[in-house]
Amino acid sequence: MSEPELLLPHNRILRYAFHERLTHWVSGFSFLYLMLTGLAFWSPWLFWIAYVCGGPQVSRVLHPWVGLIFVVALAYLYIMWHAHMHTTETDKEWWRNVNHYTKNEDELMPPAGRYNAGQKLLFWGFVICGILLVLSGVVLWLPEYIPWNLRILRYLAVIVHPGAAMLSIGLFLIHIYMSVFAERGALNSMIGGDVSRDFVRRYHPGWYKEVMGDSTQALPPK
Amino acid sequence: MSQETMRVQKISAHAGTVPGEGTQREYTVSKLIDTTTCIGCKACEVACMEWNDLPFGETFFDNTYQTMPETRWNYWNLILFNEHEKEDGSLMWLMRKNQCMHCADPGCLAACPSDGAIIQYTNGIVDFQQEKCIGCGYCITGCPFNIPKFNPETKRVYKCTLCADRVGEGLEPACIKACPTGCLHFGSKEDMKELAEKRTTQLREHYNFPNAGVYDPAGVGGTGVMYILHDATQPELYGGLPKDPHIPLAVRLWKGPIKWLGNLAMVGGIIGLFIHYLRFGPKDKEDEQIREEIAAAQEKEVKAREENRAAVRAEVNQEGGEPSKGGHPR
Ligand code: HEM
Ligand code: SF4
Ligand code: SF4
Repeated sequence: MSEPELLLPHNRILRYAFHERLTHWVSGFSFLYLMLTGLAFWSPWLFWIAYVCGGPQVSRVLHPWVGLIFVVALAYLYIMWHAHMHTTETDKEWWRNVNHYTKNEDELMPPAGRYNAGQKLLFWGFVICGILLVLSGVVLWLPEYIPWNLRILRYLAVIVHPGAAMLSIGLFLIHIYMSVFAERGALNSMIGGDVSRDFVRRYHPGWYKEVMGDSTQALPPK
Repeated sequence: MSQETMRVQKISAHAGTVPGEGTQREYTVSKLIDTTTCIGCKACEVACMEWNDLPFGETFFDNTYQTMPETRWNYWNLILFNEHEKEDGSLMWLMRKNQCMHCADPGCLAACPSDGAIIQYTNGIVDFQQEKCIGCGYCITGCPFNIPKFNPETKRVYKCTLCADRVGEGLEPACIKACPTGCLHFGSKEDMKELAEKRTTQLREHYNFPNAGVYDPAGVGGTGVMYILHDATQPELYGGLPKDPHIPLAVRLWKGPIKWLGNLAMVGGIIGLFIHYLRFGPKDKEDEQIREEIAAAQEKEVKAREENRAAVRAEVNQEGGEPSKGGHPR
């Protein structure tokens, strides 16, 4: 992407364009509905959630359709972002230092690019879980069309679908924690689309260099 | 359809205890189906349709007596016709009345996610409560006998009720009542076992069926429908009756260890993240260096502005007139 678009007035940097934000929230809210209705069917202790999500029968009817929306949004996110998500040497270094990251010692971390290694893992985790969920989900959706001698598919689906759901719920929790609570400013990157230069310099020094080019006058004074 | 006359002992997907459990004693009931005296007349099929008021569905014809390959949501009781060639080359019919087995340990109930959609009465009858069914089909996956069937129109699942409504009133199931040869029996499980023992002994000792035996598979805790088979070592011959049926391993894993691992991981994860926040807080909290840099930059800017102003003032003083318009810094 060319630099001028990304540099906004008032020392702001554009992180996500409108179509990226919209797709993200379509996938996010559909995931939320899927997680809630899914959990209702996952545990008798959570079955009441189904009443909140439109009633048990409605939840059952909607869950797979919302699942399709989720997968389409996820596929579009993949198209938009996968180029940024390949593992680099810095990422390997990042994982070796991950304990500093968890202790908020970000200055000890190798300089991440547009995405740090953890964010890349989150991305690939969601992509893989999404594929597993849609494949097993279709089997769960239409059990009456799976003939008796292919019942192994149904047995696989009842293991794979909740398994992948648990994995993705784990990713989801960490994602919410990081973007809402831990990294102040991250949430706005997905709402307003922009972040401060300070934010980019701190969390994505590699990308900062890319965005700012050589124009050192933009850097806060050393 | 809940039977006020019968107590419930198991409820699907129920959080907590079963109300009224153990407050009444009841016989466990059972059908006993003697395949050796079944003549394949389908009277039981008709009785089932009649009593349960099931809408008619299309049958098919494949040059045999078989009217359809398996039970349907509106056809709960189906005779399976199997032509069997004996060792001496002669033919024999193996006919089996297929329906829900009313397992003591029902896979359908274990799999069901909807509170109270499947219940088991104290007398052992496993009954679906369609008004609570969400149509997920998990019961189809849980059943080792391929019994629950989905109706795409109502999006609910149906199967044989063992005529719970009749049994609750002290009657025998409709199929039992209709059988003209007396090959169908109904009573307490104990009585039926005794009868089955007598009949299989007879078959072994007087009818040259040395392998005759009772089908009451222990893998599902025994069933509320028992069969007398000419050859109990080969139940598969009777239209694929499984030799050692179990709730499928995948279903047991799913409803057991996986569920608990998942619950533990989710609750542990939420607690863990909360504690992490208490301990470390947000990431930019202690980032003093950057705070200082920002403060320094602001200070510098303020200073520059003051210097600029001072310069403008000096200019004004010198010329004795108004400052030029573009002189204010932006
Ligand atoms: C991608 C497309 C998806 C399809 C087609 C799909 C379909 C289904 C179907 C048919 C069921 C059976 C019960 C029901 O309908 O609720 C189910 C259960 C479930 N789904 Fe999905 N789903 C999808 C995505 C997801 C996602 C993204 C999650 C995220 C958490 C999820 C979580 C669950 C859970 C937890 C269950 C309950 C599993 C259990 O009973 O143990 N699903 N899904
Ligand atoms: S035969 Fe199938 S439907 Fe009937 S009680 Fe057993 S598991 Fe449930
Ligand atoms: S289809 Fe109905 S009866 Fe079968 S498992 Fe789902 S909710 Fe229970």
